[in-house]
Formats: sequence, structure tokens, C-alpha cells
Amino acid sequence: MNKTLAFLGWGTVAVLGAVAVGAIALHRGEPINALWLVVAATCCYALGYRFYSKFIAAKILSLDALRATPAERLENGRDFLVTNKWVVFGHHFAAIAGPGPLVGPVLAAQFGYLPGTMWVLAGAVFAGCVQDFVILLFSVRRDGKSLTEMAKGEIGRVGGFVAYVAVIAILIILLGVVALIVVNALKASPWATFTIAMTMPIALLMGVYLRRIRPGKVLEVSALGFALVLAAIWGGQYVSQNVALAKLFTFSAPTLAILIMVYGFAASALPVWLLLAPRDYLSTFVKLGTIALLAVGIVALHPTLHMPALTRFVDGTGPVFAGKIFPFAFITIACGAISGFHALISSGTTPKMIARETETRMVGYGAMMAESAVAIMAIIAACVMQPGVYFAINSPAGIVGEAPATGAATISSWGFPVTAADMQALAHAVGEQTLYDRTGGAPAFAVGMAHIFSHSLGGETLMALWYHFAIMFEALFILTILDAGTRVARFMVQDALGHVYKPLGRTSWYPSILATSGLIVAAWGYFLWQGLKDPLGGINSLWPLFGIANQLLATVAVCVATTIIIKMHRATYAAVTLVPLAWLVAVTFTASWHKVFDANPRVGFLAQARVLATGPMTSETTRVIFNNRLDAAVTGVLVVMVTLVLVESARQWVGILTGAREERVKESPFVRTRFAQEQG
Amino acid sequence: MNNLLKGICVFAAKAVGTTHAVLREIFDEAAYSRFLSRAGMVSSSEAYAAFRREFEEAKMRRPKCC
Repeated sequence: MNKTLAFLGWGTVAVLGAVAVGAIALHRGEPINALWLVVAATCCYALGYRFYSKFIAAKILSLDALRATPAERLENGRDFLVTNKWVVFGHHFAAIAGPGPLVGPVLAAQFGYLPGTMWVLAGAVFAGCVQDFVILLFSVRRDGKSLTEMAKGEIGRVGGFVAYVAVIAILIILLGVVALIVVNALKASPWATFTIAMTMPIALLMGVYLRRIRPGKVLEVSALGFALVLAAIWGGQYVSQNVALAKLFTFSAPTLAILIMVYGFAASALPVWLLLAPRDYLSTFVKLGTIALLAVGIVALHPTLHMPALTRFVDGTGPVFAGKIFPFAFITIACGAISGFHALISSGTTPKMIARETETRMVGYGAMMAESAVAIMAIIAACVMQPGVYFAINSPAGIVGEAPATGAATISSWGFPVTAADMQALAHAVGEQTLYDRTGGAPAFAVGMAHIFSHSLGGETLMALWYHFAIMFEALFILTILDAGTRVARFMVQDALGHVYKPLGRTSWYPSILATSGLIVAAWGYFLWQGLKDPLGGINSLWPLFGIANQLLATVAVCVATTIIIKMHRATYAAVTLVPLAWLVAVTFTASWHKVFDANPRVGFLAQARVLATGPMTSETTRVIFNNRLDAAVTGVLVVMVTLVLVESARQWVGILTGAREERVKESPFVRTRFAQEQG
Repeated sequence: MNNLLKGICVFAAKAVGTTHAVLREIFDEAAYSRFLSRAGMVSSSEAYAAFRREFEEAKMRRPKCC
């Protein structure tokens, strides 16, 4: 009876999911309702989790509930700690969910809602969730080792070295590009700048409260901080309306970039726990709350998507970023589908908290599904806008023209009608001077989110408040990533330099701290500056570069996973990681080829350098040419290194499969869990 | 009916309890409690300062995703 009911239940989910996916894929012409995306996503995740992840758990990984995890064997009350599975889930999700799943899908919406939605669903279920799940389990079976250590142990020194370099490269490019997103969101916006500036005294107040008044009551003080931030958003409108105050908080993009670099250096080099730790908590509080609120808003409002399923820009001529749907849609959206960075979290703190091997399925596979759901929400937020408005916000002035009327005319000529008056009215409604040329994805996401929120809660009158709430939400946790990322990269560089000269590896030695912090900030600051000076808006070259680096790290992670699966004598099922690996190689290598060698100067770095070199030479042109050549070199070096990992891995696979090599997995020895003994 | 109501109440209490535990863990309150019991201290500004000192470096090394 139960079996029949389960069959009928899951059959219904499968049919419903197929109908929803079919509706999204085949519907053309009239706008569709966002609920189709919600239903399709819910059904795909449910089926993927119930059947695919269970298949992987049973047939490949053979999850063993009797095997003690490192959290149990090595418990020390600090890093290694047996923790409730829901708590680990929350912890893991909070660590993997950054601005990536929000920004990537918003940018990729230039192709229409269909490519992004399909990639997010299929990519998550068959690749991203699988990567996070298997890497988490493999790390649990190796005492919580990191991806770099596992790559070194299972593939060899080359694997470890490439993983290390890829991580540093991704961190630096990521920090540069997210800083650019913040700059583009805050430039010439006194309201947004005031709100973000106010988070600093609020964080200081939280720090004093945490330290002196109610030590350790972080939840309580975060709620208080959140209320104060809401008050700051409310107060921002008065700042923007007051001429003198508005002038004080209005900054140009270069000034904001310098301020952010100074902030990044201070956050990395100075012991500013009073400011940074409370900001980190505040950011997490805002992030979790806003994601939950957005989910409720989408279901309650179930808005109509005005963006078509596919736009004319699938041919590669898009104004947001140049390049055809393949491969660029698949590297633009990383975090919502598959992100190599997640492998670092899955082999970082999470494996040290898992109580039972069987829980890796829910934490690894499940948390990535939740992140993918966030990406679906971002697609909805971007596509509820009129396409003309979306393109007016996201297109750089270098493409559509400087003047509002010229920009509106260019975008309308593409078949997406918008007028300068529409844009002025929208800018007025959200309390901004202009919404043209606000590239980077954050302002577009904020407009979409404000649209959803204002239609669900408070009506049009609250549009400006919701817009600035969304900008604050994005900027706040991007700044948190900037300071956390700069410190993580600084530690990694210090660890490496410590092998050359011991004192450089000491994390408390100030000359080393200052030198390495300066090095890291200079590196991402360079990319930020390059983005600001780019006539095509910066995002056009930097976001694909970040996507390529991130997906190349995923390639390394899936390579490690495939190697371990083959060593486990589960080669029959190796397709589970080999297919995502083949896809990642096809996507990243094709994208890299285009970014370096494509003849179109909007796509290829070298082509753009060549075109610029034929024109009049100024110091600015010389710098842009150098930047393009540098980007091409960075891409090329990453690809060559990942190729080395692929070759080394393939050599191992062939050796094992032909019997020429006797390789064993390097797992920790089996120890029976005490929980099983306690249960008898 | 009573059993159903009781079941719903138990489930709701469990859900609230788990959510609270998740938030306490994410916001390091649980880590602070563990620190206090391990060090045999009571909550105070000195104890919290000692906790932050101990956890700061490990926390700073923790990557956050994009």
C-alpha cells in the first residue's frame, strides 16, 4: 500500500515537474507567470534529491552510518564537533550563499529567462549538488582534509599546486569584480552610500554591546543591528533630499574604489574585531532574512515575467556582456548551478561538524539545492522588469550612448521599448538621480526585488525604501566577502611564503601582515581599477574571467572526485562525475579560447588590444591594451594548469583501469561510531 | 483530534527549537557556550574577549563563497 502511494506521489511530482519545465521551455509570445519556474524548480529538486542523490549515496559512496566521522573521532570542541544535521545544514548554506547566485543569473537574463533557468536546474541537480555532496563525503573520510590536500594526495603534487593557484586566482578576481559591483551600485547615490556608511558606527555599537553589555548574545545584538540598519535606510531618503548632506555622500566611481581598497587593507591588516565581527554577523542576519523574505514575496505575488524566453542576444551581441549563449551563459551563472568555490567549503569547516556519514547527503546535496533556489529567485527578480528597463540599467554607456534619450532609442531599436521618461520616472520612484549605466547586476536585482516587495508589502510608495534595502543587502554582504576574502587570501599567501622565509609565515608578524595584505589588496584593486577604466563597463571582461576561474576550480574538484571513485572500484558509475567534468571542460575551455582568441574585440582580449593599438595612443589606451593582454595571460595560465591536472588524472585512471597501477584510496581507517554502540 | 493537535504542537516546538539552534550555531553563540563550559568560566566581558581571541584566527581562515 505504502509503495503504491509513494509511486503515485512521486509520479505526480514527476508529471507536474515535466509539465512546468515543458511550459517554460516551449512557451513563446505571451509573458508567463513566475510560478511556473517555482513549480519546475521545486519538482526538479525533489526528484533529484529523492532519486539521484539516493542513487549516488547507495551505489557509489556506500554511505556508512556505522563509521565514525572526524567530528566524533577528533572532537575537540572547536573545529571538530559533532553537530545536529540541521545546524550543519544552516551553517553550510550560510557559507556557500554569497552574491554569486544573485548577480550571475541577473546578468545572464540578457539571453532571456529560459537558458538561465534550465542551466540552474540541470546544473544544480546533475553537477553542483553532486560536486558538493561527494567532496564533502570524501573530506569526511579523510579527517576533514581540504580540497588542496585531497588533490595532492589523490592526483599528485601537480593537482595540489594547481588547486592552490586556482583558489588564489579566483579569490583575487572575485574580490575585484564584487568590489566593482559595489562601486557601480553606490556611485552618485547619496542614499545608498549613507546607508552603507551607517553600518560602520552600527557595527561599532554592536561590538561594544557584545563585549561590554551582553557578552556573546550575538543573535540579540544582530536583531538590534538589523533594526538600526532599517532606520538608516529610512534616514537615507532625507540625506538624499538635503543638498548639503547629499553632496557629502555623493562619490564618483574612482573615489569609491579607493575608499573600498583602503577598507579592504584595513580589514585585513588591522585587528579591527570591534568593527568586523559584528558586521559579519549583521551581514549574515540580513542575508538569511532577505532570502526568506524574497521567497515569500515571490510566492505571494507570483509576478509575471516580462522578459521573453529567449532574446535576440543569444547570438553573442548582448550589451550586458558579449558572447554567445554557449559557453557564456554557463560560465556567467556559476554559484546557482556549479561553483568550484563550494568545494572549498565542503572540504573546510563542514566535514568537521558532520555527525554521521549519512548526513552528508542532506548537507552537501541539499544545501546546494537551496542555493540553486536562490538563483531561480534572482532570475525571477531580473525578468519581472520590462526588458527595456532591464537593458537600460545593465548596458554600459559605451554601448548604448551617454545621453538618456540616445540610450533609450538604442535599446528601443533592439525591440525592447523604453523611453527616457520611463527611466526618469523609475529613478525618481526608487530615489535615485539616474538608473542608466548601472552595470554589475546589483542595481537591476534591487529594482526587481523592490518591484516584488512593493507589490506584496506596502505598495508603490515604499518602492524607494525597498530598492535601497536591496542595495544595502547586496553591498553589505559583498563588503563582508571583501574583508573575509582578503584575509583568507592573505593567510594562504603567508602560508606559502613561510616555506621560503619562516617569519613571513607567522600570522602575527606585522611586517608580513602589512606586506601580504598590501599585495592582495593591490592585486584585486588592480582588477577593480581595470574594470572602472574599461570602456565596455568592466563587467563585460571581469565577470566571465571570474566565471572561468571558478568553473576551472570545479573542474579540479570533479577531477579529484572522479579519481577517488575510480580508486574505490566504482568505475561503472564514474559517469556521475565524468559527465559534469566533460561539460565543465567543454564550457571553460571554449570560453577561455573565445576570451583570449576571438576575433570580435568585444569578446576576445587580444582582439580588443589589437583594435586599440591601431587607434590614437594615449596613456589610457596603453593601459587598457596592457590590461587586455594581462587578462588573456591569466586565462591562458589557468587553462594550462588545469590541463596538467586533467592529464595527470587521466594517466591515473587509465593505469588503474588497465591494471598497470595498484592505487588505493587514502581514507582514514574505519572506526565504529560510538552512537551505534550506545543504541545497542 | 487531541493527538493530532499534540503532534502539531510537538512538531512546531521541535521546528522552533531547531531553528533557534541553527541560528545560535551560525552566530557563534553555541561556540561561546561550549567555550565557557570547556574553560569553566561564566559569561563576562573578559570571557567573551578570551573567546574571540581563541576563535578569531580560525574564523578568519574560513572561506566564504561568492
